[in-house]
Amino acid sequence: MTIDRISEEQKRWQNLVNQGKPDQFTTVSGIPVQIIYTPADIPDFDYLRDLGFPGEYPYTRGIRHNMYRGRIWTMRQFSGFGTAQDTNARYKFLLAHGETGLSVAFDFPTLYGRDSDDSMSKGEVGKCGVAVSSLEDMETLFEGIPLGEVSTSMTINGPAAVLWAFYIVTAEKQGVPSEKLRGTIQNDILKEYIAQKSWLFPPEPSLRIITDIMAFGAKHVPKWNTISISGYHIREAGSTAAQELAFTLKDGMTYVEAGIKAGLDVDTFAPRLSFFFNSHLDFFEEIAKFRAARRIWAREMRNTYHAKKPESWLLRFHTQTAGCTLTAQQPENNIVRTAFQALAAVLGGTQSLHTNSMDETWALPTEKAVLIALRTQQLIAEEAGVVNCIDPLGGSYYVEALTNKLEEQAYEYFQKIDALGGMVKAIEQGYPQREIAEAAYRYQRAVDEGRRVVVGVNKYLLEGEKLEIPILKIDPRVEQEQCERLRRLRQRRDNARVHRALDDLKSACAGKDNVMYPILAAVRAYATLGEICGAMKEVFGTYAEPPMF
Amino acid sequence: MKKLRILIAKPGLDGHDRGAKVVARALRDAGFEVIYTGLHQTPEMIAEAAIQEDVDAVGLSILSGAHMTLFPEVMRLLKEKGAPDILVFGGGIIPKEDMEELYKIGCGRLFGPGTPTPEIIDYLKEKFPDRC
Repeated sequence: MTIDRISEEQKRWQNLVNQGKPDQFTTVSGIPVQIIYTPADIPDFDYLRDLGFPGEYPYTRGIRHNMYRGRIWTMRQFSGFGTAQDTNARYKFLLAHGETGLSVAFDFPTLYGRDSDDSMSKGEVGKCGVAVSSLEDMETLFEGIPLGEVSTSMTINGPAAVLWAFYIVTAEKQGVPSEKLRGTIQNDILKEYIAQKSWLFPPEPSLRIITDIMAFGAKHVPKWNTISISGYHIREAGSTAAQELAFTLKDGMTYVEAGIKAGLDVDTFAPRLSFFFNSHLDFFEEIAKFRAARRIWAREMRNTYHAKKPESWLLRFHTQTAGCTLTAQQPENNIVRTAFQALAAVLGGTQSLHTNSMDETWALPTEKAVLIALRTQQLIAEEAGVVNCIDPLGGSYYVEALTNKLEEQAYEYFQKIDALGGMVKAIEQGYPQREIAEAAYRYQRAVDEGRRVVVGVNKYLLEGEKLEIPILKIDPRVEQEQCERLRRLRQRRDNARVHRALDDLKSACAGKDNVMYPILAAVRAYATLGEICGAMKEVFGTYAEPPMF
Repeated sequence: MKKLRILIAKPGLDGHDRGAKVVARALRDAGFEVIYTGLHQTPEMIAEAAIQEDVDAVGLSILSGAHMTLFPEVMRLLKEKGAPDILVFGGGIIPKEDMEELYKIGCGRLFGPGTPTPEIIDYLKEKFPDRC
């Protein structure tokens, strides 16, 4: 049986069947899909070179030898709302119902390094996440939760160093040394400029802070993931799967280059880099994306950046199902959408997973909605039988061909970005931003014209549909109470000590000393988030994006 | 006849700009003149821009939950600055009850997730029949 013979037979067979219009059969990202795949579609396939075995280079099939037989992925629901006290209660609820890791959603002011009483924070305090303006708020957030035992992920980027310092000092006060802490700070500023848009400083000083964080982590918080290089927000902003893959991995390589340029040995920090991907609608495309990501990263880390430790080659990742695919119409359908997306993440070998709640196009989730989302993961883990065998789709002609295709498209993007002078230059020229906006518009046009079906939105609508699920409301008093707490804190603390600490921080920013140490000193003195970020802005300046659409 | 001029604005700290950009492009493709403010605008900046650009309507995009503060504030400032006729409409993650409250104070139509862009275009054409 030769490939040529199969290819001939495949052509003969394809001529016999009605394959439909080719433009009707594409992945959600627009990759054309054939009616059938055979060995002729992966003619150069070499099992040991392209797949190998789980836990071994190139890790296409998974990063652990025994994958989910050894340990199920971490069930980690991104959550935060209102005050630190409200969110603390939600964390305890989730942990009591079988969640295995925490994930903090901060409100917009916190994401921008602003205090709750800043004039720009008006109306936003506690709305999109929890408000954390000081060490005091962080202590409340984790009260009664032993930080030596849980792992905590924090979605925080521009002011990541400060929130991480809040966490480290909170643990210290619980008697837990930083060496024992496990968790992740997102700390991925490049994708902020590209997609999520919560930046503080310009790219160059931002990269310097990140290398300071990597160096500090390697020395004092060795079990902490110091960056979670994120494709999630890129995808939510409307990118294709290939753009998500390419821009995320290129961001990752940019951090590796920054670390090497700052004089760090790649093997000291690379094992602490982790990733965060979206799991979108197209089941097989997503699985192929996760597999391609692992293979590309392993190859680049080993061959381009000459990392020697296998831990540096591993692409470990968290996944969140796609918020942008949820519909406000017939919200219960979102439970099913999320289940498919979560299954794709598991078949793609994720290390950690967040499942969205059905009500999230209306507001932050209610307790009931988030419990169903968590149960969805537990059903996949304990009922569906999919954890028995590693990478069960490996060897599928379709999935292998799609994995190759996504890899090829990612390398095309790498070349384009290199031609623009690297990722920072590409961002400054608005290149990834434009590519994403184009893809988002193409997608919306397809939905508007009915070429892409969204159940409940442009097909199978319910006449006169009324919303019948309860919605979480954030009490407007949260903002007043939070501002009042800050006012009392500013009165109570030793303000002379705060000023000294902020001056020391400014000197470190202006010089070459690692900024983490003076940030920790300022945090211990109860300097607020806004004060610390304000001091840093004085030295580093701020960033603004030219408006374009 | 002067083309319909629309300001699409992102107030507050909210960085979710996918919807704002898609709507801006759809309105431009429908033949309107569209100005996009970019991110992180205060209500003051938006009202100021609306008046200076002499727009017919301001579309606010808010996915941060701050809509009950930001919509009324932009509307108040437009009145205060002598431009009460500029229509304020918008979209985002806005619960139904809040939409009702905002309609009561005179806010234009609010479009939730899943809205086809032609619906927004039709709404504006209806509001300004002599301009399209």
